[in-house]
Amino acid sequence: MNETVLLLAAAIASGTPLVLAGLGLLINEKAGVVNLGAEGMMLIAAVAGFATAFGTGSEVLALGAGALAGATAAAVFGLLVIGLNANQYAAGLALSLFGGGFSAFVGIGYVGRKLGDPVAPLAGSIGHWLAELPLIGPLLFGQHPIVWLSLALTVAVAWLLYRTRAGLVLRAIGESPESAHALGYPVRLIRFAAVVTGGALCGVAGACLSVVYAPMWVEGLVAGRGWIALALTTFATWRPGRVLLGAWLFGGVTLLQFHLQAQGVAIASQLLAMLPYVATIVVLALISRNPAWIRANMPASLGRPFHAD
Amino acid sequence: MSIASPLIALLLTALLAAVLFVALGKDPWRGLSVFFIEPLSGWRPASEVLLKATPLALCALGLSLCYRSNIWNVGAEGQFLLGAIAAGGMALWIGGPHGALGSLAAGDGVFATLAGRPLQLPLVLLAGVAGGAAWAAITALLRDRCNANEILVSLMLVYVAQQLLGYLVFGPWKDPAGFNFPQTSTFAASTWLPPLMAGTRLHWGFVLALLAVPLFWFVLFRSWRGFQLDVSGQAPAAARYAGFSARRALWTALLVSGGMAGLAGAMEVAGPLRQLTPHVSTGYGFTAIIVVFVGRLHPVGILLAAILLSMMLIGGEYAQSRLGLPGALTGVFQGSMLFMLLACDTLIHSRVRWQRARPVSS
Repeated sequence: MNETVLLLAAAIASGTPLVLAGLGLLINEKAGVVNLGAEGMMLIAAVAGFATAFGTGSEVLALGAGALAGATAAAVFGLLVIGLNANQYAAGLALSLFGGGFSAFVGIGYVGRKLGDPVAPLAGSIGHWLAELPLIGPLLFGQHPIVWLSLALTVAVAWLLYRTRAGLVLRAIGESPESAHALGYPVRLIRFAAVVTGGALCGVAGACLSVVYAPMWVEGLVAGRGWIALALTTFATWRPGRVLLGAWLFGGVTLLQFHLQAQGVAIASQLLAMLPYVATIVVLALISRNPAWIRANMPASLGRPFHAD
Repeated sequence: MSIASPLIALLLTALLAAVLFVALGKDPWRGLSVFFIEPLSGWRPASEVLLKATPLALCALGLSLCYRSNIWNVGAEGQFLLGAIAAGGMALWIGGPHGALGSLAAGDGVFATLAGRPLQLPLVLLAGVAGGAAWAAITALLRDRCNANEILVSLMLVYVAQQLLGYLVFGPWKDPAGFNFPQTSTFAASTWLPPLMAGTRLHWGFVLALLAVPLFWFVLFRSWRGFQLDVSGQAPAAARYAGFSARRALWTALLVSGGMAGLAGAMEVAGPLRQLTPHVSTGYGFTAIIVVFVGRLHPVGILLAAILLSMMLIGGEYAQSRLGLPGALTGVFQGSMLFMLLACDTLIHSRVRWQRARPVSS
């Protein structure tokens, strides 16, 4: 029982970067823009976050630096895709390829460096008492504050998208930019804002990986999580709550390999390391099979450029 | 005009490189010459450039078929690795007593006949083609049957392929006499791809890549199937109306592209490497994506772009050894070149006009 709870808590922790990136990409895609550069943005942000944490020792500053780096990278993408109407797929790929090279180049001096311990979740005697509570203690109060942030953000994004006027406009632009334009909404500006916001969230996710979760920097640290986050928006059929659950599920699958190894299961580590990627493919195939699920929530003009006349 | 934008992108990248060299405290002229001139200064470095251009050109030719038909295969890297694995497995199997199943081939019977010396290399290369095509077929199947996004599936398969290669060279295929290094035994000489010129590593695969250029040109621009692929990419509705099968386009493009990447992987292991290691590819499949765009999705352009990007790879190695710069610099230049290219394309093809948003009057 106790072990199951600890495993669940660990799955939530390992899924948290995916929650953050997935929510960012959800905002992007709700505005009708696909950003295949998620992996690159997360890599750049991971380096920026690690460097900041290493230099200042502050996790908050590190996550902020990650957000800034992610937003900057997303702005370059946005300029190409929204300003210059470049192909979204090609520009996203360019960002991912650039991010891979750039992060390796900038991060070379940080390989093998160590950070201090991550922030203790709750200090003081009350904090310890809360973390000792059965079930809810390790699941909630034993977690790093970024887990709470991801929960709050999920609620905030859901509320923003479905309960506010701004969310309505954003979704309208993802469904039919031409109609939104005709009504007088600044389609390009709003899409750009969505892209930059999405980039900032992917950036927090990347910094979270290198500063809180890993905590270290090696080349290619993100290891495909940006792409998994992209798949996550499809799994979640573009609903924020399902992004959260899907991300935790994948956090669990990622952990499963370490857990199985610790249990002494006689499977080669490389085969276990395939698990998250194979799981992504399988779930993606299963969900995509049902056109009703996909079409119900998919923004109708996802991936299409907008030409104002 | 469409040739202009890769040239402008190259110039802008060189400019960015110069700025970066200055920022790093290096002489910009020296830096640029290391990247763009030294790789072509003499036969030996030039042969290395052509050696690296071969897999790039092969992968990119295949990818051009996909991108022309609007199928976003971004998993050439995985297809390359599977080609290398399949070819490596075949070479170990038929290539003599040190191989995993070599003893079978050493006896009489079918395998010995199959493994007759003149057939060995073609078998190895064919295995590579089959391996790459099979890996791409997974993407095609899931797209066809389940409507799964081909970008995500093909990319996830890259990570799976990397782990599979790691599993094989750390596990069942590890050379028992290899001092515990993660590598297979060296393939038998009968499965090697012979060098083109004595004293260099450049092999006959380059000639094959050269021959593939007119072949792809013909298929793309002079064949009925190429026309169908082009239409289904540029105007899916028109293709549907004309009765061109989208399924057929999907399978053709992915199988050809996977096969080409697989062939590139096979030639890499049968050519310069002669064994499998975890580092069979240095990201050829990803660099090939840039090659396709810089080459304007045209076979001749792709060949030239492959040579250019290969020069930058060699230049990156020189920059590492001679200027003490990190090798990842090449990746920065490659990525920014693709950025510049996309920006130039728009700026060349259309005029930017600033305009206030105005509501449509009713």
